[in-house]
Amino acid sequence: MLALQGDFAEHEAALRHCGLRCRQVRRSADLVGLAGLVLPGGESTTMLKLLDVEQMWQPLGAALRSGMPVLATCAGLILLAERVENPNQRSYGLLPVTVVRNGYGRQYHSGTFALVSDVLPPGTTGTFIRAPRITHTGPGCEVLARRDDDPVLVRSGAILAACFHPELALGHPVTARFAAAVRAHAGAAGRGAAAATAADCGA
Amino acid sequence: MSHKPPVRNVPGFTTEEVVSKIGFCEQLKGGVVMDVIDAEQARIAEDAGACAVMALERVPADIRKHGGVARASDPTIIEAIQKAVSIPVMAKVRIGHFVEAQMLEAMEVDCIDESEVLTPADEQFHVDKRVFKTPFVCGCRDLGEALRRIHEGAALIRTKGEAGTGNVVEAVRHMRALMSQIRALRGMDQKGLERTASELRVPVELVGWVAEHGRLPVPNFSAGGVATPADAALMMQLGAEAVFVGSGIFKSGSPEQRARAIVRAVTHFEDPKVLVEVSKNLGEPMVGIDINTLPQQERLAGRGI
Repeated sequence: MLALQGDFAEHEAALRHCGLRCRQVRRSADLVGLAGLVLPGGESTTMLKLLDVEQMWQPLGAALRSGMPVLATCAGLILLAERVENPNQRSYGLLPVTVVRNGYGRQYHSGTFALVSDVLPPGTTGTFIRAPRITHTGPGCEVLARRDDDPVLVRSGAILAACFHPELALGHPVTARFAAAVRAHAGAAGRGAAAATAADCGA
Repeated sequence: MSHKPPVRNVPGFTTEEVVSKIGFCEQLKGGVVMDVIDAEQARIAEDAGACAVMALERVPADIRKHGGVARASDPTIIEAIQKAVSIPVMAKVRIGHFVEAQMLEAMEVDCIDESEVLTPADEQFHVDKRVFKTPFVCGCRDLGEALRRIHEGAALIRTKGEAGTGNVVEAVRHMRALMSQIRALRGMDQKGLERTASELRVPVELVGWVAEHGRLPVPNFSAGGVATPADAALMMQLGAEAVFVGSGIFKSGSPEQRARAIVRAVTHFEDPKVLVEVSKNLGEPMVGIDINTLPQQERLAGRGI
């Protein structure tokens, strides 16, 4: 998982709970040999600065395009979006969505909300923290869950991206879904060692 | 069947408070929170990669110099800073001044620092932080202060250090005290935990949580006297999960460069080669103060225990 800044420790705990082994990525060399990649929550502006100064923008882009499963939450989703507003900022453009930073307001408006979804268990919730708001989805973007009418969990190719923070709960179905994708990918690539046991994630 | 993913249980916090208040603070980890006094400094901080800014009328070094009663900032300053940046904006209230806190919440400040840097408004009680929706950060010198603040509802703890001195020695003292007291709880029997809880004047459940997990139930940051990238990395290696830098940046020779260097030092706190690289040619650091020359009444860390 990308560990420049943010709640990567929470992602690590959530993935270990699902039986995956994790490595923190702070420089390009750390990207070698991964079976999946997590872009955590945190501040997207901070991550952008550090990606530049570590000269990681290109290598991380290549890893994101390699077809390995990617889980991006909150700031991670912003880094991947096609278009970022409030303010406009650079992004990888790998996820065909337009996203408004802090689109649900400041921290005062943060909280846990019900998700409407055909693929998640009924009653699944998501915690939104100064969350980005998806205002437009383009072709190739599958909406997996909504909060009211807004898409909040989307998939495009191997990328799974959430406006909320599944990592703040252990065994959240979104984490479980990503863990299953990592296992399948590692298995297909004959790299069983990179993904660990098939422990049940509780979801 | 309803699916409620399990969330960590923290004594005294509701499940929702754990994810939304403490969860907000988790997002700041591995980052640097910088003190700023206007929109221009806020933009410099954001550009340098700060994960949040602390909006102030005066940085701690100037509060020291200025003397008199230090209060919450003029709302105009906070609003200007909120408009200038997209990262979280924090602001300080005096210890126990719950009305200043109500005002910051009304302004939708992202996090409230109930801070010993300002002149305390109440010598007996801290703000009851549970009644607020906004997360609070509070300073501590040891485990007792940390757990009393968490019991009052703080979602984030920082060392007090000695703000505005550019001298990291007190932050080191406070972090070491906190970490060694946490380690001492491990393996303690129920009687020992009860005795500790009564000594620290906090519920035994809270002490039990720390004993079981070997850490505080909320993130643990460092503040007070950090002036160089090496200071920031030192606090991280001693156990801090992020760093507040007050006067250290904008009281130095080249704030932009120093701010960027400290951000990078916090990410790579365990890599001395990166620390060497970022520490080159940073210009003059802020002039420090030897703590031993500070008269007792000018030491801020003794406020709010």
